Amino acid sequence: MIRVTFILHDERVIKAAGEAGDSLMEVATRHGVPGISGDCGGCLSCGTCHGYIDTTFAERLPPPDANEMAMLDNVLDPTIDSRLTCQVRLTPGLDGIAIRVPEPMF
Amino acid sequence: MTLSDPQHVVILGAGHAGGAAAATLRQLGHGGAISLIGEETTPPYQRPPLSKAYLKGEIDLERLLLKPTSFYSSRHIELKLGTAATGIDCAERQVRLADGTLLDYDRLIIATGATPRRLTVPGADLDGVQVLRTLADVEALKPRFRPDARLVVIGAGYIGLEASAVARQMGLQVSIMEAAPRVLARVAGEPLSTLYTQEHRAQGVRIHLDAQVVRLHGEAGRVTGVELAGGEIVAADIVLVGIGVTPNSQLAETAGIQCNNGILVDEDARTSDPAVFAIGDCSLRPLAQYARKGRLESVHNALEQARLAASAILGRPRPPLELPWFWSDQYALKLQTAGLLEGHDKCVLRGDPASRNFACYYLRNGQLLAVDAVNSPADFIFGRKIAGRGLSPDIDVLGAATTDLRQLAEQLLQASQA
Repeated sequence: MIRVTFILHDERVIKAAGEAGDSLMEVATRHGVPGISGDCGGCLSCGTCHGYIDTTFAERLPPPDANEMAMLDNVLDPTIDSRLTCQVRLTPGLDGIAIRVPEPMF
Repeated sequence: MTLSDPQHVVILGAGHAGGAAAATLRQLGHGGAISLIGEETTPPYQRPPLSKAYLKGEIDLERLLLKPTSFYSSRHIELKLGTAATGIDCAERQVRLADGTLLDYDRLIIATGATPRRLTVPGADLDGVQVLRTLADVEALKPRFRPDARLVVIGAGYIGLEASAVARQMGLQVSIMEAAPRVLARVAGEPLSTLYTQEHRAQGVRIHLDAQVVRLHGEAGRVTGVELAGGEIVAADIVLVGIGVTPNSQLAETAGIQCNNGILVDEDARTSDPAVFAIGDCSLRPLAQYARKGRLESVHNALEQARLAASAILGRPRPPLELPWFWSDQYALKLQTAGLLEGHDKCVLRGDPASRNFACYYLRNGQLLAVDAVNSPADFIFGRKIAGRGLSPDIDVLGAATTDLRQLAEQLLQASQA
Protein backbone atom coordinates (compact mmCIF):
# COMPACT_ATOMS: atom_id res chain seq x y z
CA MET A 1 0.00 0.00 0.00
CA ILE A 2 1.20 3.49 -0.85
CA ARG A 3 0.06 6.14 1.58
CA VAL A 4 -1.54 9.30 0.23
CA THR A 5 -2.65 12.39 2.15
CA PHE A 6 -5.26 14.77 0.79
CA ILE A 7 -5.35 18.21 2.39
CA LEU A 8 -8.71 19.86 1.75
CA HIS A 9 -9.29 23.58 1.19
CA ASP A 10 -10.49 23.90 4.81
CA GLU A 11 -7.28 22.18 6.06
CA ARG A 12 -9.12 18.97 6.86
CA VAL A 13 -6.92 15.97 6.13
CA ILE A 14 -7.99 12.69 4.55
CA LYS A 15 -5.49 9.87 4.86
CA ALA A 16 -5.84 7.29 2.13
CA ALA A 17 -3.87 4.54 0.47
CA GLY A 18 -3.63 2.98 -2.97
CA GLU A 19 -1.72 0.39 -4.96
CA ALA A 20 1.08 0.99 -7.43
CA GLY A 21 -0.53 1.83 -10.76
CA ASP A 22 -3.60 3.53 -9.26
CA SER A 23 -4.00 7.15 -10.22
CA LEU A 24 -4.29 9.76 -7.48
CA MET A 25 -7.75 10.58 -8.84
CA GLU A 26 -8.87 6.97 -8.38
CA VAL A 27 -7.59 6.94 -4.81
CA ALA A 28 -9.39 10.25 -4.15
CA THR A 29 -12.75 9.20 -5.59
CA ARG A 30 -12.67 5.85 -3.80
CA HIS A 31 -12.18 7.68 -0.53
CA GLY A 32 -14.80 10.33 -1.35
CA VAL A 33 -12.37 13.27 -1.25
CA PRO A 34 -14.49 16.40 -1.82
CA GLY A 35 -12.97 18.60 -4.51
CA ILE A 36 -11.73 15.75 -6.69
CA SER A 37 -14.63 14.36 -8.65
CA GLY A 38 -12.90 12.85 -11.70
CA ASP A 39 -16.02 13.15 -13.83
CA CYS A 40 -14.59 11.66 -17.04
CA GLY A 41 -13.02 8.70 -15.29
CA GLY A 42 -9.48 9.77 -16.08
CA CYS A 43 -9.40 10.30 -19.84
CA LEU A 44 -8.35 13.96 -19.74
CA SER A 45 -11.69 15.36 -20.77
CA CYS A 46 -13.08 17.24 -17.80
CA GLY A 47 -10.45 18.88 -15.58
CA THR A 48 -12.35 17.98 -12.37
CA CYS A 49 -9.46 16.25 -10.61
CA HIS A 50 -7.17 19.24 -10.18
CA GLY A 51 -4.78 19.15 -7.21
CA TYR A 52 -1.58 20.79 -6.05
CA ILE A 53 1.45 18.59 -5.51
CA ASP A 54 4.27 20.08 -3.56
CA THR A 55 7.67 20.21 -5.21
CA THR A 56 9.38 17.51 -3.13
CA PHE A 57 7.07 14.97 -4.68
CA ALA A 58 6.45 16.74 -7.98
CA GLU A 59 10.15 16.29 -8.79
CA ARG A 60 9.72 12.51 -8.62
CA LEU A 61 6.91 12.57 -11.18
CA PRO A 62 7.02 12.60 -14.95
CA PRO A 63 6.08 16.18 -15.94
CA PRO A 64 2.63 16.90 -17.39
CA ASP A 65 2.37 16.31 -21.13
CA ALA A 66 0.96 18.79 -23.64
CA ASN A 67 -2.58 17.45 -23.28
CA GLU A 68 -2.55 17.77 -19.52
CA MET A 69 -1.06 21.27 -19.81
CA ALA A 70 -3.88 22.28 -22.16
CA MET A 71 -6.49 20.97 -19.73
CA LEU A 72 -4.78 22.71 -16.80
CA ASP A 73 -5.36 25.99 -18.66
CA ASN A 74 -9.01 25.72 -17.78
CA VAL A 75 -8.91 24.86 -14.09
CA LEU A 76 -9.63 27.41 -11.39
CA ASP A 77 -6.51 28.97 -9.77
CA PRO A 78 -3.76 27.03 -11.50
CA THR A 79 -0.25 27.33 -10.04
CA ILE A 80 3.15 25.84 -10.80
CA ASP A 81 2.16 22.92 -8.53
CA SER A 82 -1.05 22.13 -10.44
CA ARG A 83 -1.59 18.63 -11.78
CA LEU A 84 -4.55 16.64 -12.98
CA THR A 85 -4.52 13.84 -10.46
CA CYS A 86 -5.80 11.32 -13.03
CA GLN A 87 -2.44 11.63 -14.76
CA VAL A 88 -0.37 10.86 -11.67
CA ARG A 89 0.15 7.13 -11.12
CA LEU A 90 1.29 5.82 -7.77
CA THR A 91 4.71 4.19 -7.48
CA PRO A 92 6.38 2.92 -4.29
CA GLY A 93 8.64 5.99 -4.39
CA LEU A 94 5.60 8.21 -3.85
CA ASP A 95 4.73 6.73 -0.46
CA GLY A 96 3.60 9.59 1.78
CA ILE A 97 2.70 11.94 -1.07
CA ALA A 98 0.51 14.92 -0.11
CA ILE A 99 -1.96 16.67 -2.39
CA ARG A 100 -3.68 19.94 -1.71
CA VAL A 101 -7.23 19.85 -3.02
CA PRO A 102 -9.09 22.95 -4.22
CA GLU A 103 -12.49 23.90 -2.85
CA PRO A 104 -15.25 21.78 -4.42
CA MET A 105 -16.80 23.59 -7.37
CA PHE A 106 -20.35 23.25 -6.11
CA MET B 1 -48.04 21.37 -1.45
CA THR B 2 -45.48 22.04 1.26
CA LEU B 3 -42.44 19.88 1.59
CA SER B 4 -41.11 18.85 4.97
CA ASP B 5 -37.39 18.42 5.55
CA PRO B 6 -36.25 15.42 3.53
CA GLN B 7 -35.51 12.44 5.73
CA HIS B 8 -35.60 9.51 3.36
CA VAL B 9 -34.35 9.99 -0.20
CA VAL B 10 -35.08 7.06 -2.50
CA ILE B 11 -33.13 6.81 -5.74
CA LEU B 12 -34.50 4.53 -8.46
CA GLY B 13 -31.69 3.45 -10.73
CA ALA B 14 -28.14 2.70 -9.60
CA GLY B 15 -26.28 3.81 -12.70
CA HIS B 16 -23.84 6.68 -13.10
CA ALA B 17 -26.49 9.30 -12.25
CA GLY B 18 -28.09 7.44 -9.36
CA GLY B 19 -24.76 6.51 -7.80
CA ALA B 20 -23.50 10.08 -8.09
CA ALA B 21 -26.72 11.43 -6.55
CA ALA B 22 -26.31 9.21 -3.49
CA ALA B 23 -22.65 10.14 -3.04
CA THR B 24 -23.37 13.85 -3.55
CA LEU B 25 -26.23 13.90 -1.04
CA ARG B 26 -23.85 12.56 1.61
CA GLN B 27 -21.05 14.87 0.53
CA LEU B 28 -23.37 17.86 0.92
CA GLY B 29 -24.28 16.74 4.42
CA HIS B 30 -27.61 14.95 4.07
CA GLY B 31 -28.09 13.14 7.39
CA GLY B 32 -31.25 11.20 6.58
CA ALA B 33 -31.62 7.78 5.01
CA ILE B 34 -30.70 7.10 1.36
CA SER B 35 -31.93 4.05 -0.53
CA LEU B 36 -30.33 3.34 -3.89
CA ILE B 37 -32.31 0.79 -5.86
CA GLY B 38 -30.81 -0.81 -8.99
CA GLU B 39 -32.10 -3.34 -11.47
CA GLU B 40 -28.59 -4.44 -12.43
CA THR B 41 -26.66 -6.59 -9.98
CA THR B 42 -23.45 -4.51 -10.04
CA PRO B 43 -22.96 -1.40 -7.89
CA PRO B 44 -22.89 1.89 -9.88
CA TYR B 45 -20.22 1.79 -12.57
CA GLN B 46 -18.95 3.91 -15.42
CA ARG B 47 -20.52 3.05 -18.74
CA PRO B 48 -18.18 4.85 -21.17
CA PRO B 49 -15.35 2.27 -20.88
CA LEU B 50 -17.78 -0.54 -21.77
CA SER B 51 -17.32 0.15 -25.47
CA LYS B 52 -13.63 1.01 -25.08
CA ALA B 53 -11.05 -0.18 -22.52
CA TYR B 54 -13.31 -2.66 -20.72
CA LEU B 55 -14.48 -4.37 -23.91
CA LYS B 56 -10.83 -4.67 -24.89
CA GLY B 57 -9.98 -6.23 -21.54
CA GLU B 58 -7.61 -3.43 -20.52
CA ILE B 59 -9.32 -2.59 -17.24
CA ASP B 60 -11.08 -4.76 -14.69
CA LEU B 61 -14.41 -4.41 -12.94
CA GLU B 62 -12.89 -2.74 -9.90
CA ARG B 63 -11.68 0.16 -12.07
CA LEU B 64 -15.12 0.43 -13.61
CA LEU B 65 -16.93 0.92 -10.30
CA LEU B 66 -17.79 4.52 -9.38
CA LYS B 67 -17.06 3.75 -5.73
CA PRO B 68 -15.83 0.62 -3.97
CA THR B 69 -18.66 -1.45 -2.52
CA SER B 70 -17.55 -0.54 1.02
CA PHE B 71 -18.28 3.14 0.24
CA TYR B 72 -22.04 2.58 0.41
CA SER B 73 -22.08 0.79 3.76
CA SER B 74 -19.60 3.22 5.32
CA ARG B 75 -21.80 6.16 4.18
CA HIS B 76 -25.01 4.46 5.30
CA ILE B 77 -26.38 4.31 1.79
CA GLU B 78 -28.68 1.33 1.47
CA LEU B 79 -27.79 -0.27 -1.82
CA LYS B 80 -30.41 -2.69 -3.09
CA LEU B 81 -29.33 -4.32 -6.34
CA GLY B 82 -31.03 -6.76 -8.68
CA THR B 83 -34.36 -5.16 -7.83
CA ALA B 84 -36.62 -3.30 -10.23
CA ALA B 85 -39.18 -0.74 -9.15
CA THR B 86 -42.67 -1.51 -10.36
CA GLY B 87 -44.65 1.53 -9.33
CA ILE B 88 -44.61 5.05 -7.89
CA ASP B 89 -47.47 6.47 -5.84
CA CYS B 90 -46.94 10.22 -5.76
CA ALA B 91 -49.88 10.91 -3.43
CA GLU B 92 -48.67 8.42 -0.80
CA ARG B 93 -45.00 9.14 -1.57
CA GLN B 94 -44.29 5.49 -1.92
CA VAL B 95 -42.49 3.26 -4.41
CA ARG B 96 -43.20 -0.39 -4.94
CA LEU B 97 -40.39 -2.80 -5.76
CA ALA B 98 -40.55 -6.05 -7.70
CA ASP B 99 -39.96 -8.05 -4.53
CA GLY B 100 -43.12 -6.56 -3.03
CA THR B 101 -41.36 -4.07 -0.75
CA LEU B 102 -43.06 -0.72 -0.29
CA LEU B 103 -40.69 2.16 0.40
CA ASP B 104 -41.86 5.51 1.75
CA TYR B 105 -39.92 8.51 0.52
CA ASP B 106 -39.68 12.18 1.33
CA ARG B 107 -37.89 12.83 -1.94
CA LEU B 108 -37.62 10.53 -4.91
CA ILE B 109 -34.92 10.68 -7.58
CA ILE B 110 -35.70 8.77 -10.76
CA ALA B 111 -32.49 7.73 -12.52
CA THR B 112 -33.76 4.82 -14.55
CA GLY B 113 -31.68 5.52 -17.64
CA ALA B 114 -32.59 4.44 -21.13
CA THR B 115 -33.08 1.24 -23.09
CA PRO B 116 -31.26 0.54 -26.36
CA ARG B 117 -33.55 0.44 -29.37
CA ARG B 118 -33.84 -3.03 -30.87
CA LEU B 119 -34.11 -3.87 -34.52
CA THR B 120 -37.64 -4.58 -35.69
CA VAL B 121 -36.67 -6.64 -38.75
CA PRO B 122 -37.18 -10.42 -38.95
CA GLY B 123 -34.39 -12.28 -37.15
CA ALA B 124 -33.77 -9.48 -34.63
CA ASP B 125 -34.06 -11.90 -31.71
CA LEU B 126 -31.56 -14.48 -33.00
CA ASP B 127 -28.75 -15.54 -30.69
CA GLY B 128 -25.64 -13.48 -31.36
CA VAL B 129 -27.55 -10.22 -31.81
CA GLN B 130 -26.47 -7.85 -29.07
CA VAL B 131 -26.84 -4.32 -27.81
CA LEU B 132 -24.14 -2.62 -25.73
CA ARG B 133 -25.32 -0.73 -22.70
CA THR B 134 -24.73 -2.79 -19.57
CA LEU B 135 -21.94 -4.82 -18.07
CA ALA B 136 -24.04 -7.92 -18.80
CA ASP B 137 -24.15 -6.94 -22.50
CA VAL B 138 -20.36 -6.70 -22.59
CA GLU B 139 -19.90 -9.97 -20.74
CA ALA B 140 -22.10 -11.60 -23.39
CA LEU B 141 -20.05 -10.02 -26.19
CA LYS B 142 -16.58 -10.64 -24.81
CA PRO B 143 -16.31 -14.42 -25.37
CA ARG B 144 -17.48 -13.84 -28.94
CA PHE B 145 -14.87 -11.17 -29.62
CA ARG B 146 -12.33 -13.63 -31.00
CA PRO B 147 -9.85 -13.01 -33.80
CA ASP B 148 -11.43 -13.58 -37.23
CA ALA B 149 -14.99 -13.62 -35.88
CA ARG B 150 -17.23 -11.67 -38.23
CA LEU B 151 -18.86 -8.70 -36.54
CA VAL B 152 -21.56 -6.63 -38.20
CA VAL B 153 -22.31 -3.35 -36.43
CA ILE B 154 -25.66 -1.77 -37.18
CA GLY B 155 -25.58 1.98 -36.61
CA ALA B 156 -22.52 4.21 -36.97
CA GLY B 157 -22.96 6.32 -33.86
CA TYR B 158 -20.33 6.58 -31.13
CA ILE B 159 -21.11 3.20 -29.54
CA GLY B 160 -20.98 1.38 -32.87
CA LEU B 161 -17.80 3.10 -33.99
CA GLU B 162 -16.00 2.62 -30.68
CA ALA B 163 -16.91 -1.07 -30.56
CA SER B 164 -15.78 -1.42 -34.18
CA ALA B 165 -12.40 0.10 -33.33
CA VAL B 166 -11.94 -2.29 -30.40
CA ALA B 167 -13.01 -5.25 -32.54
CA ARG B 168 -10.51 -4.39 -35.28
CA GLN B 169 -7.75 -4.02 -32.73
CA MET B 170 -8.66 -7.49 -31.46
CA GLY B 171 -8.49 -8.96 -34.96
CA LEU B 172 -12.17 -9.35 -35.82
CA GLN B 173 -13.56 -8.80 -39.29
CA VAL B 174 -15.84 -5.78 -39.03
CA SER B 175 -18.59 -4.35 -41.22
CA ILE B 176 -20.72 -1.34 -40.31
CA MET B 177 -24.23 -0.74 -41.67
CA GLU B 178 -25.40 2.85 -41.46
CA ALA B 179 -28.83 3.96 -42.70
CA ALA B 180 -27.74 7.60 -43.14
CA PRO B 181 -25.44 8.84 -45.92
CA ARG B 182 -22.60 9.39 -43.42
CA VAL B 183 -21.35 8.11 -40.08
CA LEU B 184 -22.10 10.16 -36.91
CA ALA B 185 -24.73 11.98 -38.96
CA ARG B 186 -26.83 12.92 -35.93
CA VAL B 187 -24.03 14.18 -33.72
CA ALA B 188 -21.13 15.55 -35.78
CA GLY B 189 -20.35 17.69 -38.81
CA GLU B 190 -19.24 16.38 -42.18
CA PRO B 191 -15.48 16.81 -41.63
CA LEU B 192 -15.74 14.50 -38.62
CA SER B 193 -17.80 11.97 -40.55
CA THR B 194 -15.26 11.98 -43.36
CA LEU B 195 -12.29 11.52 -41.04
CA TYR B 196 -13.88 8.68 -39.07
CA THR B 197 -15.01 6.92 -42.23
CA GLN B 198 -11.50 7.17 -43.68
CA GLU B 199 -9.87 6.02 -40.45
CA HIS B 200 -12.12 2.99 -40.01
CA ARG B 201 -11.68 2.02 -43.64
CA ALA B 202 -7.90 2.39 -43.35
CA GLN B 203 -8.07 0.06 -40.35
CA GLY B 204 -9.88 -2.52 -42.45
CA VAL B 205 -13.51 -1.90 -41.50
CA ARG B 206 -16.05 -2.17 -44.32
CA ILE B 207 -18.54 0.68 -44.03
CA HIS B 208 -21.86 0.50 -45.87
CA LEU B 209 -23.64 3.87 -46.01
CA ASP B 210 -27.30 4.40 -46.97
CA ALA B 211 -27.63 0.77 -45.93
CA GLN B 212 -31.10 -0.50 -45.12
CA VAL B 213 -31.07 -3.71 -43.07
CA VAL B 214 -34.14 -5.74 -44.04
CA ARG B 215 -33.60 -9.03 -42.22
CA LEU B 216 -31.17 -11.08 -40.19
CA HIS B 217 -30.47 -14.64 -41.27
CA GLY B 218 -29.79 -17.49 -38.89
CA GLU B 219 -29.19 -21.19 -38.54
CA ALA B 220 -30.28 -23.23 -35.54
CA GLY B 221 -31.28 -20.02 -33.80
CA ARG B 222 -27.89 -18.31 -34.26
CA VAL B 223 -27.34 -15.28 -36.45
CA THR B 224 -25.36 -15.95 -39.63
CA GLY B 225 -25.87 -12.87 -41.76
CA VAL B 226 -27.37 -9.45 -42.30
CA GLU B 227 -29.44 -8.82 -45.43
CA LEU B 228 -29.56 -5.35 -46.95
CA ALA B 229 -32.24 -3.86 -49.18
CA GLY B 230 -31.04 -4.80 -52.62
CA GLY B 231 -30.40 -8.38 -51.56
CA GLU B 232 -26.76 -8.35 -50.44
CA ILE B 233 -26.14 -10.63 -47.45
CA VAL B 234 -23.14 -9.90 -45.22
CA ALA B 235 -22.00 -12.91 -43.17
CA ALA B 236 -22.01 -12.40 -39.41
CA ASP B 237 -21.14 -14.32 -36.26
CA ILE B 238 -22.06 -11.36 -34.07
CA VAL B 239 -24.43 -8.47 -34.79
CA LEU B 240 -24.08 -5.42 -32.57
CA VAL B 241 -27.02 -3.03 -32.70
CA GLY B 242 -26.28 0.60 -31.81
CA ILE B 243 -29.22 2.61 -33.08
CA GLY B 244 -29.99 4.83 -30.13
CA VAL B 245 -31.99 4.56 -26.94
CA THR B 246 -35.44 5.32 -25.58
CA PRO B 247 -35.77 6.91 -22.13
CA ASN B 248 -37.09 4.74 -19.28
CA SER B 249 -39.93 7.04 -18.31
CA GLN B 250 -42.72 4.45 -17.98
CA LEU B 251 -42.83 4.45 -14.16
CA ALA B 252 -43.06 8.24 -14.06
CA GLU B 253 -45.66 8.35 -16.80
CA THR B 254 -47.87 5.80 -15.07
CA ALA B 255 -47.56 7.81 -11.86
CA GLY B 256 -48.92 10.89 -13.63
CA ILE B 257 -45.61 12.77 -13.82
CA GLN B 258 -45.31 14.86 -16.99
CA CYS B 259 -43.29 13.18 -19.73
CA ASN B 260 -42.61 13.81 -23.38
CA ASN B 261 -39.86 11.60 -24.79
CA GLY B 262 -38.28 11.68 -21.35
CA ILE B 263 -39.34 12.84 -17.90
CA LEU B 264 -39.82 16.62 -17.99
CA VAL B 265 -37.67 18.43 -15.44
CA ASP B 266 -36.83 22.03 -14.57
CA GLU B 267 -33.47 23.72 -13.94
CA ASP B 268 -33.15 21.85 -10.63
CA ALA B 269 -33.98 18.45 -12.21
CA ARG B 270 -37.38 18.59 -10.49
CA THR B 271 -40.34 16.93 -12.20
CA SER B 272 -43.96 18.11 -12.29
CA ASP B 273 -44.25 16.61 -8.78
CA PRO B 274 -42.16 18.80 -6.44
CA ALA B 275 -41.05 15.83 -4.33
CA VAL B 276 -39.79 13.91 -7.36
CA PHE B 277 -36.63 14.52 -9.38
CA ALA B 278 -35.41 12.87 -12.57
CA ILE B 279 -31.77 12.78 -13.64
CA GLY B 280 -29.58 11.33 -16.37
CA ASP B 281 -30.65 9.68 -19.62
CA CYS B 282 -34.32 9.38 -18.61
CA SER B 283 -34.90 13.12 -18.23
CA LEU B 284 -35.79 15.85 -20.70
CA ARG B 285 -34.08 18.94 -19.32
CA PRO B 286 -33.72 22.62 -20.07
CA LEU B 287 -30.54 23.30 -22.05
CA ALA B 288 -29.68 26.66 -20.56
CA GLN B 289 -27.19 27.73 -23.21
CA TYR B 290 -29.52 26.85 -26.09
CA ALA B 291 -32.91 28.08 -24.87
CA ARG B 292 -34.62 24.75 -25.50
CA LYS B 293 -35.18 21.39 -23.87
CA GLY B 294 -33.38 18.22 -24.76
CA ARG B 295 -32.29 14.82 -23.62
CA LEU B 296 -28.55 14.34 -23.10
CA GLU B 297 -27.09 10.87 -22.92
CA SER B 298 -23.75 11.55 -21.34
CA VAL B 299 -21.67 11.37 -18.19
CA HIS B 300 -21.68 15.16 -17.99
CA ASN B 301 -25.46 15.16 -17.86
CA ALA B 302 -25.70 12.31 -15.35
CA LEU B 303 -23.29 14.01 -12.95
CA GLU B 304 -24.58 17.55 -13.41
CA GLN B 305 -28.18 16.58 -12.80
CA ALA B 306 -27.19 14.43 -9.82
CA ARG B 307 -25.60 17.55 -8.32
CA LEU B 308 -28.58 19.73 -9.26
CA ALA B 309 -31.06 17.36 -7.64
CA ALA B 310 -28.96 16.80 -4.50
CA SER B 311 -28.48 20.57 -4.08
CA ALA B 312 -32.18 21.30 -4.56
CA ILE B 313 -33.22 18.57 -2.12
CA LEU B 314 -30.93 19.96 0.55
CA GLY B 315 -31.84 23.59 -0.12
CA ARG B 316 -28.33 24.42 -1.30
CA PRO B 317 -27.58 26.98 -4.03
CA ARG B 318 -27.81 25.62 -7.56
CA PRO B 319 -24.37 24.49 -8.78
CA PRO B 320 -23.01 26.22 -11.89
CA LEU B 321 -24.09 24.65 -15.18
CA GLU B 322 -21.53 23.32 -17.64
CA LEU B 323 -21.71 23.33 -21.39
CA PRO B 324 -22.53 19.73 -22.38
CA TRP B 325 -19.34 17.76 -23.03
CA PHE B 326 -18.52 14.32 -24.28
CA TRP B 327 -15.61 12.27 -25.54
CA SER B 328 -14.87 9.31 -27.78
CA ASP B 329 -11.69 7.24 -28.17
CA GLN B 330 -11.17 5.29 -31.38
CA TYR B 331 -7.76 3.97 -32.50
CA ALA B 332 -5.37 6.92 -31.97
CA LEU B 333 -8.16 9.48 -32.39
CA LYS B 334 -9.15 11.21 -29.20
CA LEU B 335 -12.29 13.23 -29.76
CA GLN B 336 -13.46 15.77 -27.21
CA THR B 337 -16.64 17.63 -27.86
CA ALA B 338 -18.19 20.59 -26.06
CA GLY B 339 -21.60 22.09 -26.77
CA LEU B 340 -24.41 21.00 -29.04
CA LEU B 341 -24.21 21.61 -32.77
CA GLU B 342 -27.94 21.46 -33.48
CA GLY B 343 -29.07 24.44 -35.57
CA HIS B 344 -25.59 25.48 -36.71
CA ASP B 345 -25.33 27.38 -39.98
CA LYS B 346 -21.56 27.40 -40.28
CA CYS B 347 -18.73 24.97 -39.66
CA VAL B 348 -15.19 26.37 -39.31
CA LEU B 349 -12.18 24.07 -39.48
CA ARG B 350 -9.01 24.75 -37.53
CA GLY B 351 -6.14 22.57 -38.60
CA ASP B 352 -6.07 19.90 -41.28
CA PRO B 353 -8.14 16.74 -40.68
CA ALA B 354 -5.47 14.75 -42.53
CA SER B 355 -3.01 15.68 -39.77
CA ARG B 356 -5.26 13.95 -37.19
CA ASN B 357 -5.05 17.08 -35.09
CA PHE B 358 -7.82 19.53 -35.80
CA ALA B 359 -11.10 20.98 -34.63
CA CYS B 360 -14.46 21.62 -36.16
CA TYR B 361 -16.30 24.65 -34.76
CA TYR B 362 -20.06 25.04 -35.20
CA LEU B 363 -21.65 28.50 -35.23
CA ARG B 364 -25.09 30.02 -35.66
CA ASN B 365 -25.42 33.68 -36.63
CA GLY B 366 -21.76 34.05 -35.74
CA GLN B 367 -22.23 32.69 -32.25
CA LEU B 368 -20.17 29.65 -31.25
CA LEU B 369 -22.42 26.69 -30.39
CA ALA B 370 -20.06 23.75 -30.18
CA VAL B 371 -16.67 22.28 -31.01
CA ASP B 372 -15.45 18.82 -31.96
CA ALA B 373 -11.73 18.61 -31.21
CA VAL B 374 -9.66 15.68 -32.45
CA ASN B 375 -6.38 15.15 -30.60
CA SER B 376 -6.51 18.80 -29.63
CA PRO B 377 -7.42 19.58 -26.00
CA ALA B 378 -6.56 23.26 -26.55
CA ASP B 379 -9.44 23.55 -29.04
CA PHE B 380 -11.74 21.69 -26.68
CA ILE B 381 -10.89 24.05 -23.82
CA PHE B 382 -11.35 27.10 -26.05
CA GLY B 383 -14.73 25.81 -27.21
CA ARG B 384 -15.90 25.12 -23.67
CA LYS B 385 -15.04 28.63 -22.55
CA ILE B 386 -16.33 30.55 -25.54
CA ALA B 387 -19.41 28.54 -26.52
CA GLY B 388 -20.35 28.29 -22.84
CA ARG B 389 -20.66 32.08 -22.78
CA GLY B 390 -22.34 32.35 -26.17
CA LEU B 391 -19.56 34.53 -27.63
CA SER B 392 -18.89 35.18 -31.31
CA PRO B 393 -15.28 34.75 -32.45
CA ASP B 394 -14.21 36.13 -35.83
CA ILE B 395 -14.31 33.06 -38.06
CA ASP B 396 -11.19 33.97 -40.05
CA VAL B 397 -9.18 34.44 -36.87
CA LEU B 398 -10.65 31.27 -35.40
CA GLY B 399 -9.82 29.22 -38.47
CA ALA B 400 -6.25 30.52 -38.84
CA ALA B 401 -3.61 28.02 -37.76
CA THR B 402 -1.44 30.88 -36.46
CA THR B 403 -4.02 32.11 -33.95
CA ASP B 404 -3.10 31.63 -30.30
CA LEU B 405 -6.30 30.24 -28.76
CA ARG B 406 -5.48 31.36 -25.24
CA GLN B 407 -5.03 34.95 -26.39
CA LEU B 408 -8.17 34.82 -28.49
CA ALA B 409 -10.16 33.47 -25.54
CA GLU B 410 -8.87 36.24 -23.30
CA GLN B 411 -9.71 38.92 -25.87
CA LEU B 412 -13.23 37.58 -26.32
CA LEU B 413 -13.82 37.30 -22.57
CA GLN B 414 -12.52 40.82 -21.95
CA ALA B 415 -14.60 42.28 -24.76
CA SER B 416 -17.70 40.56 -23.40
CA GLN B 417 -17.14 42.05 -19.96
CA ALA B 418 -16.42 45.55 -21.23
